Amino acid sequence: MSTNLETKISIRDLKLWYGSYEALHGIDLDIYSGKVTAFIGPSGCGKSTFLRTLNRMNDRIQGCKVEGKILLEGNDIYAPQVDVVQLRTHVGMVFQKPNPFPKSIYENVAYAPRIHGMVQDGPEMDELVETALKKASIWNEVKDKLHQPGTALSGGQQQRLCIARTIAVQPDVILMDEPCSALDPIATAKIEELMDELKQEYTIVIVTHNMQQAARVSDYTAYFYLGDLIEFGETQQIFTAPSNKKTEDYITGRFG
Amino acid sequence: MNKEANNFLHQGANPRKRKRERADTRFRWYGLIALGLALSFLVFFFVDIIGQALPAFKQTEVLVSVNYTEEAKSNYNRAVEHKLTHIVSRAWLRTIPAYLEAHPEAVGTSHDEWVPADSRVDQYVKKHEGHGLKSKYQKEVDALQQEGKVRSSFNIAFFETGDSKMPENAGILAAAVGSVFTLLITMLVAVPIGVMTAIYLEEFATDNRFTRLIEVNINNLAAIPSILYGLLGLAIFISFMGVPRSSALAGGLTLALMTLPLIIIATRAALRAVPESIREAAYGLGASSLQTVWHHVLPLAMPGILTGSIIGLAQAMGETAPLIIVGMMAYIPEPPSSILEATTVLPAQVYTWSTESMHGYIERTAAGILVLLTVLLSLNAMAVRLRNRSEKTW
Amino acid sequence: MTTADLFLWFFAGLIPLAAMAFWLARGRAMAIETGDVRLHSRPGFYGWFSVIWLALPAIAVSFAFSVLHMFGLFTVPGPMLLAATFAAGGAGLWFSLGQIKAEFRARQAVEKVMRGLLLTAATISILTTIGIVLSVIFESIRFFKVIPIWDFITGTQWQPDTAFLIGAGRADEHVAPPLFGSVPIFAGTFMITLIAMLVAVPVGLFSAIYMSEYASHKARGRLKPMLEILAGIPTVVYGFFAAITVSPMIVEIAHSFGYEAAYTNALAPGLIMGIMIIPFMSSLSDDVIRAVPESLRDGALALGTTKAETIRHIVLPAAFPGIVSAFLLAVSRAIGETMIVVMAAGLRPNLTMNPLEGMTTVTVKIVEALTGDQEFDSAFTLSAFALGLVLLIATLILNIISTIVVRKFRQRYE
Repeated sequence: MSTNLETKISIRDLKLWYGSYEALHGIDLDIYSGKVTAFIGPSGCGKSTFLRTLNRMNDRIQGCKVEGKILLEGNDIYAPQVDVVQLRTHVGMVFQKPNPFPKSIYENVAYAPRIHGMVQDGPEMDELVETALKKASIWNEVKDKLHQPGTALSGGQQQRLCIARTIAVQPDVILMDEPCSALDPIATAKIEELMDELKQEYTIVIVTHNMQQAARVSDYTAYFYLGDLIEFGETQQIFTAPSNKKTEDYITGRFG
Repeated sequence: MNKEANNFLHQGANPRKRKRERADTRFRWYGLIALGLALSFLVFFFVDIIGQALPAFKQTEVLVSVNYTEEAKSNYNRAVEHKLTHIVSRAWLRTIPAYLEAHPEAVGTSHDEWVPADSRVDQYVKKHEGHGLKSKYQKEVDALQQEGKVRSSFNIAFFETGDSKMPENAGILAAAVGSVFTLLITMLVAVPIGVMTAIYLEEFATDNRFTRLIEVNINNLAAIPSILYGLLGLAIFISFMGVPRSSALAGGLTLALMTLPLIIIATRAALRAVPESIREAAYGLGASSLQTVWHHVLPLAMPGILTGSIIGLAQAMGETAPLIIVGMMAYIPEPPSSILEATTVLPAQVYTWSTESMHGYIERTAAGILVLLTVLLSLNAMAVRLRNRSEKTW
Repeated sequence: MTTADLFLWFFAGLIPLAAMAFWLARGRAMAIETGDVRLHSRPGFYGWFSVIWLALPAIAVSFAFSVLHMFGLFTVPGPMLLAATFAAGGAGLWFSLGQIKAEFRARQAVEKVMRGLLLTAATISILTTIGIVLSVIFESIRFFKVIPIWDFITGTQWQPDTAFLIGAGRADEHVAPPLFGSVPIFAGTFMITLIAMLVAVPVGLFSAIYMSEYASHKARGRLKPMLEILAGIPTVVYGFFAAITVSPMIVEIAHSFGYEAAYTNALAPGLIMGIMIIPFMSSLSDDVIRAVPESLRDGALALGTTKAETIRHIVLPAAFPGIVSAFLLAVSRAIGETMIVVMAAGLRPNLTMNPLEGMTTVTVKIVEALTGDQEFDSAFTLSAFALGLVLLIATLILNIISTIVVRKFRQRYE
């Protein structure tokens, strides 16, 4: 399946500190365009932390320091002249717990396009909202109640609304931080299905606790352990013939 | 709809982006300006109050020769040269007959003594506008200054006397003692009742109508303006129960009711902060609910309870409005000796002085404020330290 | 025997007696516990049991006599009261000593009483409310018997000066009737509150936003206590500052712009009151802003919003109910504030929109009416209670609305 791979994000020797504690020790990794990359590993291994460095959400944590390079299409996102706000329109994020704004469903989706000035309010905006909701496979469920609060939806619907909200900005990359951990199996299945469709258009990076999920949805898998990237490769290879003993132990459930 | 690739690298590339960035910076500045305004007011306020208060701690004294004649016993004006009777403090002059009664051996002698000057002279020497000294006395004072017969010394009288109709003799002692009496009553009433209420609500009460009524009620009480507690004190304690008006008892009880909700709320928070596991451990060993609270929960909640009580009492100490209503702004030259006597308190004394027209009272008002603020800020600092220390041991 | 002596004798008698009761009962209990007989409770509980049986009857008797005395029904001389008190206490003690047996559950009995004591303490807060309501309402009713309630609420003239003549029974047809129209007083209160809120809301809210969203943890730890100093300054101090420093400044500034300002202008107390209220506004807003879940901020930022946009579009709307409730509490603070206006605002009711003119407030009029030397029964004095009733109703309504609003907010995020 590895024909004509194009690197979307390349990470070079990335180190991260919380105060004096080094949480990531020199990560090197390439994330390929149009693929789903999964980060797996035991709790506290730094996979979520690492994910958040990719759109600089970790800027919000006090005392967090990053060293090394993250290149998005060849441009260092930690360069001083980078505008973080614009960066995040390129690299969107979906969070562990669904976090719709306490606004209507329509406003949840329309909010970001409006502040970025992508389209004017009116028919154009309606169209954009509809497209985003359709892409997130939630349109049929909410089309009759667009002006009801987003917080009234079920957990799985809320999460798909958050995905629609992210899609509406038309990012290149979507980061997903354990997007299904708060959802039931049926809602999870829907989101996994959705990811499969989305990778036609977007590069997706997903952190997951659930190895079956990683195996089901991802093309590439990276295994993290205690702040180190232990192994990275095609998902099939990682799950069938891991080259590292630690990876094998984790995957076969000997610990984790 | 199309986005320029990698435009995150080019800051301020398009006008919309620039506008958003400017709005972002502006918003941050609003916050900084707001804080700056509040804090610069604080600085201005303290500089102003201290600037007004400091002169009050100095008292002008004049060197005069005092003739303790037989005549001075009945007419104290004769003890000094006639032209000086308006220069020296009248309050001091008035003490001469009593002094001569107590020291008959002094009669007939004459000494050069440094005595406190009249308030107008004091204000004139301190070059305050509105000193109110007549021009013929001004010349007199100028002459005395030429001769080196005027000096300025620490105003010990301010801490040793009560209120007076002569500013140079007015001090805070009576009000300070009154404040102590009043606060003692407030403390003895509000702290036990407040802590007991909080223990009942947190540890014993079941969630029923009555409990909820008490809770809503306490929240409402905390928001009721203090002056209404004054009306309560006047109508219930004074008119109905017959507590003497202006007494420390009336004021203390009024303040106690006002402080009660604060202490209850603080104590409940402190009790709630004690981990449930401690209670379970005690119950597991067969302790009764009262023993659990008394032996385990209360000691752990103690720092929080103390902090809340201190803050509540500090607030009561600075409170004026309800005390004016229960009559604690009377003219009180002597410290009270019982809780049933007419008394004033520090903030009420400050208020009374602020309504006086003579300029000498203004600096005394400021000085009284300075003393009050020093005590209150130390109490609050104590409470904060206590809270910080207890947080560490947790 | 004075009241003070009575109190002294009461406690001087009761405390040693209580100590004696404790030792007596504990000793008796310990004497029972020999060899195979085991007490139900520890001996100390039997001691406390006796103390309670001594103190409760004694306190009950003296309390009953005090109440009778207060209502003017029945008065006994001091020594007799003390004798009756201690007799009741002694009887209780004697009864309790008879109860002490091995199987007697002293701990349960003591705890029951303690629980009752705690409950009694808790009811005092309710009694306080009842006390405030009753004291205000009773006197208000007396006031409204003389002055029709409608005239009070809608009248625009407040001229109570002749009330004392009526009180003294010396009014005749040449004396104009006193007027108690409170509209100009409410208008003054409203104006000064408005000025105060114009200062407190922007400064308090933006300070809260800065502290919760921008400042580092350490800076916040320093800034917050500094702001709270503002709340710890006694109001009499603010009043002095407003009257002595700020008012003359305003008069001078207004003069330099060609306006005439009164020394009792509404602006000075309004501004200073606003500053006093800043910490209420900022602390409460800070709390609710920080209660807005972090995930909402993350969600917005991940869409590429700027920090200010996140705060304005997401955080503040989410925190809005809490901010409204902070605002309402701040308003109730402002309308009930007394010393600042007593010292810096005017005494003369004045129906005007010009903040540079002197005007007066509800609280000023309450203080004026109750510190004057008029008879307690005169309509002038009673007007304080009518104004107090208005103040009470206004603050209660504000507080209830704010409680409901904040409960809605908490339900949404907790």
